[in-house]
Amino acid sequence: MPSGVPLIVFLTGNLGCKMAKLSLKNIKKSFGSTEVLKNISLDVEDGEFISLVGQSGCGKSTLLRIIAGLEAQDAGDILIDGAPMNGREPKDRNIAMVFQDYALYPHMSVGENMSMPLIMARLPMHARLPGIRHFTPAHRREKPGIDADVEKVAKQLRIEHLLQRKPAQLSGGQRQRVALGRALVRNPKVFLMDEPLSNLDAKLRVEVRSEITELHASSGLTFIYVTHDQTEAMTMSDRVALMQDGAFLQVGAPNDLYANPANIDVAKFIGSPEINMIKGAVTSDQVSIGNVALPIALDAPFNGAVQIGIRPEAITINGVPGLAFANQSERTIQMSFNKRLVEDLGPEVLIHGALAVEPNRSIRIRAQKSQNYGERELFASTSQLDVQIDPSSLLFFDPSGKRISSKLKIPTHNNPVELVGAA
Amino acid sequence: MSAMASLMQSKQTRLAYMLVMPAAVLILVIYILPIIIVFFVSLTDYSLVSDYYEFVGMENYEKMFSDEAFGNALVNTLIYAAIFLPAAFIVSLVLAIAIQEQKQFRSVLEVLFFLPVTSTLAAMAIVWAALMDSGQGVINHVIVSIGLEKINFLGSEDLVLFSLAIISLWSIIGFNMVLFLAGLTSIPQNLYEAAAIDGASHPIDKFFRVTWPMLGPTTMFVAVTTSITAFKLFDTVAIVTQGGPDHASEVFLYLAFLEGFEYFNMGYSSALSLFFLCIIFTFALVQAFFADRNVQY
Repeated sequence: MPSGVPLIVFLTGNLGCKMAKLSLKNIKKSFGSTEVLKNISLDVEDGEFISLVGQSGCGKSTLLRIIAGLEAQDAGDILIDGAPMNGREPKDRNIAMVFQDYALYPHMSVGENMSMPLIMARLPMHARLPGIRHFTPAHRREKPGIDADVEKVAKQLRIEHLLQRKPAQLSGGQRQRVALGRALVRNPKVFLMDEPLSNLDAKLRVEVRSEITELHASSGLTFIYVTHDQTEAMTMSDRVALMQDGAFLQVGAPNDLYANPANIDVAKFIGSPEINMIKGAVTSDQVSIGNVALPIALDAPFNGAVQIGIRPEAITINGVPGLAFANQSERTIQMSFNKRLVEDLGPEVLIHGALAVEPNRSIRIRAQKSQNYGERELFASTSQLDVQIDPSSLLFFDPSGKRISSKLKIPTHNNPVELVGAA
Repeated sequence: MSAMASLMQSKQTRLAYMLVMPAAVLILVIYILPIIIVFFVSLTDYSLVSDYYEFVGMENYEKMFSDEAFGNALVNTLIYAAIFLPAAFIVSLVLAIAIQEQKQFRSVLEVLFFLPVTSTLAAMAIVWAALMDSGQGVINHVIVSIGLEKINFLGSEDLVLFSLAIISLWSIIGFNMVLFLAGLTSIPQNLYEAAAIDGASHPIDKFFRVTWPMLGPTTMFVAVTTSITAFKLFDTVAIVTQGGPDHASEVFLYLAFLEGFEYFNMGYSSALSLFFLCIIFTFALVQAFFADRNVQY
């Protein structure tokens, strides 16, 4: 989906069901002379999990804070279920937010932390004042209900045994849960999360990641999730909105961004390890790498230098026992590869080196191990490997970084495309 | 092996004692020794002007509790503290919060309010005495010019403690304000953001839910140091009122000074000083006990 296209806002007349459709229309924001958000438009469907992902400084956190109402946009509209939120205070937007460092109140117990939104929503001012609050009828009337709601959410998150503790006595993962609980307890329409996993260690991060995904599935809430980690964005979301310099590069389903990146920046950002880029040339409709002609036809007429993206798993290695290799398809491209080092990742290996046609460009190959793997000697002895590349997985970009779509050429004869002159 | 370890340990212990010694000696000479000497003097009838003295046992302490001047000084000090403490606390906290929300002139205002702290209170007391003068004082000129009656700030028995409290407030508010500002600045901004999301966006909610509890340690420190300052009132009294009119501003320390250096009852003065030390020590204990308990990070 191209960025910056204003989308039609659907007004749902059905007030009975709890819809939470969020629309951003032409949001702009500058800090001083720095333009942080340039005309952002996005529609988030009810119950959707959308990730805002990008490098630090791309404007994703600012956008989230504008949605939350912590920051005011310079121009543009925010609509939740068609109702404009411009100028409304955060508490009137029916949103909840989980902060990067959780922002738990250190002086309150877990239970008090979680009951804070309910106290604010259900008790009048005089029943919230310290000292006299315990003597007000409103406090006496509402307190049991608040405690019951907090307990319910605490049970759901398996933190009911922690309700009396202070945040300082909790582990990182427990604090994370309390922050989630404080956000959940108020029953919001939209759930905002600002890098909630970045303070957890790697193992816990994977665990909480799946818990959040499950929470999304069970709650049916609309989630907006900010992260700089493409893995988090890819694994958790229904849709990923990749941001750069205050604009969306591409918004789409995770696999869309991976398989069909709109430009070179998307291709580089999504996927780990990063996509390999090599130089290619197009002369009179023939695409080639070095002097290897590719069986590829570009959809748009183009002449000159192209950037070719090859995913690390699109390259397979021939003739090394213990490594899975692709079927010797007729149209695969055969090339020579100079190996530099091998990293063992458990189920697969990562091989660093360079293609012989372009020795100065570092290339990574991700190869699956097969059952008889273990012959590291073979790896140690040969530095040169024969590899094959699946041409249908190649991605082409013009010098400005824009994607050029392509398709496979139908071979005219039964021979694979010849590898000419490669060392 | 264990002999080796114990040798190492004793060596380390010796080093530790050596490192602690300079500070320990200083504290002993500057604080502990004078206290012990004052205690011994308080058991004698030593006067500053004669070498001859006798041990009189607890006589000085007995005298203290039957002395009308002592009772008067204690009451004066408590009244003064009751005026000075809440004002010094609340005014500086309100100022700190107001200045913190100021973006443009924050540093200018900080300096302006801190200036009195840097001045010498003894010299400034003379200026204040001139300003508050019942006849020629500028303040009374202003009061008369807006059609009110003259106020005898320093000559009235009912007002003199108020007037002294105002002078002390002027000199301490900037200091407390800077302490509160430091405390306010150290409150993480995202707590206020979390509070805004949770619905605590009203200033009163923000104050009682976030600011006040998070200021706990600062509050404790300010309360204790300000209390000690209140009980230590001496210089403005000595310069501006000399305890007058009719002992109405004779506060505790000033009485101790009078007894020791005007009436030459060094023994009695020492007893008063020790009593004063006990009060201050109580405040210090309160801080030591509660300050740590209030830190909740």
